[in-house]
Amino acid sequence: MTPKIKTIRWHIPLLLLPAVIIYSAIMIFPLLATLNLSFFNVEEGKQVFVGIANYIVLFGNEIYSEKFWNALGNNAYFFMIHMLVQNPLGIILAAMLSSKKLRFTAFYRTAIFIPAILSFVIVGFVWKLILSPLWGIAPDLLDMIGLKSLFLPWLGKEAYALTTISLISVWQYIGIPMMLIYAALLSIPEEVVEAAECDGITGSSLFWKIKLPLILPSIGIISILTFVGNFNAFDLIYATQGALGGPGFTTDILGTLLYRTFFGFQLQLGDLYAGSTLATVMFFIILAGVCGYLFGVQNRLRRYQF
Amino acid sequence: MKNFLFTTVAATTLLSISAVAAAEKVTITIESWRTDDLSIWRDQLIPEFNKIHPDIEVKFNPTAPTEYNAALNAKLDSGTAGDMITCRPFDNALAQYDAGHLASLNGLDGLENFGPVAKSAWTTDDGNDIFCVPMASVIHGFIYNKDAFAEVGVSVPETRAEFFAVLDKIKADGNYIPLAMGTNDQWEAATMGYYNIAPNYHKGEEGRLAIIAGTAKLTDAEWTAPFAELAKWKDYLGDGFEAQTYPDSQNLFTLGRAAIYPAGSWEIAGFDANADFAMGAFRPPVANKGDECYISDHTDIALGMNANTANPVETKIFLSWVGSAEFAAIYANASPGFFSLSDHNVKLDNALASDFVSWRAECNSTIRASAQILTRGTPNLDTEIWGASVAAIKGLSTPAELGAKLQKGLDNWYTPAN
Amino acid sequence: MHLDKKFSHIGRSIFIHTFLICFTILALFPMVIVIINSFKTRKGIFREPLSFPTAETFSIKGYETVITGGDFQLYFTNSFIVTSVSLFFILLFGAMASYALSEYRFKGNLFMGLFLAFGIMIPIRLGTVAILKLMVATGLVNTLTALILVYIAQGLPLCIFILTEFMKTVSDDLKNAGRIDGLSEYRILFTLVIPLIRPAMATVAVFSMIPIWNDLWFPLILASGEEVKTITLGAQNFIGQYLTNWNAVLAALSLAILPVVILYLIFSRQLIRGITSGAVK
Repeated sequence: MTPKIKTIRWHIPLLLLPAVIIYSAIMIFPLLATLNLSFFNVEEGKQVFVGIANYIVLFGNEIYSEKFWNALGNNAYFFMIHMLVQNPLGIILAAMLSSKKLRFTAFYRTAIFIPAILSFVIVGFVWKLILSPLWGIAPDLLDMIGLKSLFLPWLGKEAYALTTISLISVWQYIGIPMMLIYAALLSIPEEVVEAAECDGITGSSLFWKIKLPLILPSIGIISILTFVGNFNAFDLIYATQGALGGPGFTTDILGTLLYRTFFGFQLQLGDLYAGSTLATVMFFIILAGVCGYLFGVQNRLRRYQF
Repeated sequence: MKNFLFTTVAATTLLSISAVAAAEKVTITIESWRTDDLSIWRDQLIPEFNKIHPDIEVKFNPTAPTEYNAALNAKLDSGTAGDMITCRPFDNALAQYDAGHLASLNGLDGLENFGPVAKSAWTTDDGNDIFCVPMASVIHGFIYNKDAFAEVGVSVPETRAEFFAVLDKIKADGNYIPLAMGTNDQWEAATMGYYNIAPNYHKGEEGRLAIIAGTAKLTDAEWTAPFAELAKWKDYLGDGFEAQTYPDSQNLFTLGRAAIYPAGSWEIAGFDANADFAMGAFRPPVANKGDECYISDHTDIALGMNANTANPVETKIFLSWVGSAEFAAIYANASPGFFSLSDHNVKLDNALASDFVSWRAECNSTIRASAQILTRGTPNLDTEIWGASVAAIKGLSTPAELGAKLQKGLDNWYTPAN
Repeated sequence: MHLDKKFSHIGRSIFIHTFLICFTILALFPMVIVIINSFKTRKGIFREPLSFPTAETFSIKGYETVITGGDFQLYFTNSFIVTSVSLFFILLFGAMASYALSEYRFKGNLFMGLFLAFGIMIPIRLGTVAILKLMVATGLVNTLTALILVYIAQGLPLCIFILTEFMKTVSDDLKNAGRIDGLSEYRILFTLVIPLIRPAMATVAVFSMIPIWNDLWFPLILASGEEVKTITLGAQNFIGQYLTNWNAVLAALSLAILPVVILYLIFSRQLIRGITSGAVK
């Protein structure tokens, strides 16, 4: 395995060097600069160290904290919809695709994955058009199946907008869990399945009792990717609902709040320091989620692996 | 043969001279959010300028309005912004000036063509420094479909009672959506709704300055009453107005499906191009016939100089030209609805635009109430009014609640000077 | 009994096909709507959004506006250069680093792995201001190089994370055989290991390509000039500029959709193989 030579193995640093340099200079250093800025503010035109004053404002001043908790709550809901709809549906699709002797699987896989490659500019605009009460595609389609009365301007209703946006996001990204689970299902050794079939376990119980436990680690990875992706989300809401996360901030998530704080919005000026503070808080939220997952869930899942 | 040689030599010499001239050409760039104006600048304004100054090349580099502020501020911070910056009015441009991004334009030729009101939007609080050349203002009002009005048999309303009577008739007729406005984009409800009708309630400048001075509160009747009127608009908006976006409203009106469009004058050019019916305009209705009227004549757009420009001389030459009569005439006619702020006497060819501008003579002009000073802190009053206007229309809060919320937000950071 | 089973099997496969077909339609429907309507007149778009263009409603006015209004061919070339160059370096540097991490035990290996994986969690956008200052200091603003550098940094963490996992599965015997033959560590990586994990590289390529191609933010901040505009930014500007001109907007969207779908179709077989073969260890 490891060559047992005591000399300095120059190839190791050389192999790592290009990646580490670019990554540190363009990702880590700017991020640290942002974290650092959260402890500063401008007083009389000069940048001064203010300690945790920015954090006290963020959590202590109702004007800021209200928006923050609202965005965090919406974000949690956004994540929940993905966990409840995107991932289970992804698993079902993958299970179907992996059934033996099914034809056209390549076509289905390719087609269902296509939305994931489209830009938010396109996805946001297209769904806005489809759901538009004026253009009438959604009402017309509902009319065809006699359900026109169910149509509502979902994106404009406080009660439905966030759910609608979450489902659009699910629509876009369903291909990713589908593909990863599909791969995991294919990786289950034939012998395991055959042995189970010999024991008389077939059909859906084969899936529930044998396959599902085996793909749990993949489901875990997908969950954590979904978590990170959702708490970083911004573009889709920006493209469909604007930077304010309308109507009435019901679709405002951390990403849109950060954008407004950092770069300003219309007449509101951007605040580099408040923005950095919020960015730092987001950073720790994501970090906490990932660590919690790694130490809690993943460890327990390990036991199922073989 | 000789002739040919001569021509060749002459041609090469000429070519090399022009090459030298080209090398000396200075290029200056304009940052703007007016993506719609790209062709006006490229095809009309810049060629006209180059007739006088062929040696200065001007590039118009617009960014989509929603991204303009964020992108521009990032570019200014890093020193990559263009030579000229299109200024939003009041606090936004002032902050850029205070941050050292915009240069002082005191003493610039051409500024003498603007009155104090026009300049006020781009002057420091103490009135000592001006930092942008005013370009245009926009006026609020209502644009209506003349054919629809004739069909339904209604005439232009003057008072609020008449206005709602007209809406009722159009609604009863059933062929047209009475009002084309949506709440999805929020600013539409505030700008076309609240800022449009509010001046008649708060008596324009009088009320606006009273809020700044602290002698009036946003909870006072003259500030909450416009919300009550907006709440009544709900019944006259199209189905699904909650998800109706600004372009939806524009399409609804220009496709002839709606009768009245609460408007800003900047719509004129687009509507003229897209609507195939006759249009007219009326100003925001007043309470009683013959009442003093107030209109929102908002100083909207100006052009300033990037303090870090490498070409200050050329940039100033261009900015002086922006203050000239030629610029005013071309700009006002090329983009009808953007009314010149200069003292030059500009003749407008567009009928709809002339309608709007004629109100200046009949009514008192004011600017949007939140524009000056009141948007400096967090939460800024402008964005708060967006949300409040939407909530009023949807009936989510009462006008009194909205007034209280706005005042509370303002109190969070603003203390009147005395 | 036997027949019963066969019927239930057929029933099941009909059910599966129906379900998958519904999903496929759902996935493709929005794009089809955009493309169909981009070939219609303004009135046609509004009156009959769901029907195919007829002789009466057919119009390519939108495409004419798009082609005269923006240099989409240039935008496409820019996007293509940025995406392909970034991908190349992500894969090259990523594979090198992953090999170092997966193959050797050395002090700081775990730390280095965590350090490099850290970037998966954090949106690089949070560092925009510092990145911009850096690009200004190096004179790279408004060049494609600036975008490429940012995208390499953004793509490396996930690439290294995935490739490290895959490289651990490459058999030691093979590498040791190479060493006995006197191959240098670099040759082992490039001639023995990389060919074996090619499917994983394809997976990384597709997953890295999507956010690069579709990014709006960095082109806007770092390279918004006409000569270096990417197609996503071009389309976005276009939508902003022609908000009410739906012919043009839909045409611009179609033009932005098609290249990336075609690229994806070309790579998709590799992608499937990449994702699935990772499993066939």
